[in-house]
Amino acid sequence: MTDSILLFKFVLAIVTFAISLGVAAYATYGERKIAGLFQDRLGPNNAGPWGLLQPLADGGKMFFKEDFIPAASEKFLFILAPGIAMFTALMTSAIIPWTSPILISGALYQVQVADIDIGILYSLGFVSIGVYGIMIGGWASNNKYSLMGAIRASSQMISYELAMGLALLAVIMMSGSLSLNDIVAAQKGSFLGFLPNWNVFKQPVGFLIFLICAFAETNRAPFDLPECETELVGGYHTEYSSMKLGLFLFSEYINMFISSAIIATVYFGGYNLPLIGRFVTDPNALAAIGFAVFFAKILFFIFFYMWIRWTLPRFRYDQLMHLGWKSLIPIAIINLLVTGAVLILKDYL
Amino acid sequence: MGVSEILAYALGIISVASALLVVFSKNPIHSVLYLIITFFSIAGQYVLLNAQFLFIVQIIVYSGAIMVLFLFVLMLLNLNKDTEPQKSNLFKFISIITACSLFISMIAMVKGVGNLNLPSEPDSQIGLVKNLGMVLFSKYVIPFELSSVLFISGMVGAVMIGKKETHDIN
Repeated sequence: MTDSILLFKFVLAIVTFAISLGVAAYATYGERKIAGLFQDRLGPNNAGPWGLLQPLADGGKMFFKEDFIPAASEKFLFILAPGIAMFTALMTSAIIPWTSPILISGALYQVQVADIDIGILYSLGFVSIGVYGIMIGGWASNNKYSLMGAIRASSQMISYELAMGLALLAVIMMSGSLSLNDIVAAQKGSFLGFLPNWNVFKQPVGFLIFLICAFAETNRAPFDLPECETELVGGYHTEYSSMKLGLFLFSEYINMFISSAIIATVYFGGYNLPLIGRFVTDPNALAAIGFAVFFAKILFFIFFYMWIRWTLPRFRYDQLMHLGWKSLIPIAIINLLVTGAVLILKDYL
Repeated sequence: MGVSEILAYALGIISVASALLVVFSKNPIHSVLYLIITFFSIAGQYVLLNAQFLFIVQIIVYSGAIMVLFLFVLMLLNLNKDTEPQKSNLFKFISIITACSLFISMIAMVKGVGNLNLPSEPDSQIGLVKNLGMVLFSKYVIPFELSSVLFISGMVGAVMIGKKETHDIN
């Protein structure tokens, strides 16, 4: 029994790893196609049918570029930094519940690599150490622009982490658990009779705060100040070339995928689809539908990230800090207090 | 030796070695990076004890927030051999004495604890959030509330100091 669980988790970990990389690779393709759509161009269309082989061509190009290490850099840290960025980006996928339990030869298996007690805090923790890749890379390059990018990344990360944690606390208070499985399970059923019981309808303010913070934490436009090319050449990866640059860029897409998955899990019911339980009862069919629904939600948020990027101009750095400290954190604290008050009042009504 | 014992020893060696490197490295940024490794290896010990909440709090608070601030400040200061302030011998002498007395008091503490009477079958569920929360909000509620007051006074103090400086510039 334990052996079969171990084998299942091992296979699942490898599949999760492969899916993260695959989605991230095709997110780069999607990004360019969507940019094309928004700017009335075609986007990549030469490599393969509809340009579908473009990510492979990009990867091949990255590998064959000259790998340059500046003479005045800290060599070991310079090489380590992209690895840290990639590692932390991939680690977060361990706690995402992909779908409802599946039935294999009479036993139910959770489709989640690590069902830990503190799932949501784990994701926050690994998001916060993700900045080390950027900081170490920026510092080790021994370049003013890289250092500026690294410093911007770290202060941005610390500022937005607070509001993000406070927004999540309201959800944790409502579901009474830190485990992502329990948070998804608490979103079954309906709310007010006609809406699905998703946290986004109960915590609209918290959701908006979380979404804005997720943009800042993944360094995506309009908050991509650490790599702001109009001010900092290339930001923290100015000195990077070849696949090291590739890893930095790629880890951004993986972060985007994972944070979309977390948004879908925490605020949009995860793998829940309203009313599906009335028509389908077989656990494996339910799991398949759940996985498809969950993926549709994730892909929508990846699209949303790109939609925002190609629509809004970049913030100025002081505006970014003001938004984080003077707007988002106070609103998040008020949201938390209101949630607490409502939860207490509900018991007396 | 079981797997967890080997891991515990390995993590212990890593934390002691990197803690020594914190002190001995010349470059302050390297010191901070070794300190981060120390914190991670301590977090690893918490995982082995199934203290999941302590593990993640160690990572979020120490590795994620405090050390990022340390790195941030050091990168801004950009310390290197040319700009390093020369410390006088008196200063070095005082620091050696302080460090030695701290070490002696720590040894005295370890000796003073005596027989701990550890349970032979420890409760592996004690470190989970639910049990920890129950204990914090019932048995240890007064120390918990007092430490939160301490944190608030620290925050207020930090805001006061920050405000004063901007006032002077304006």
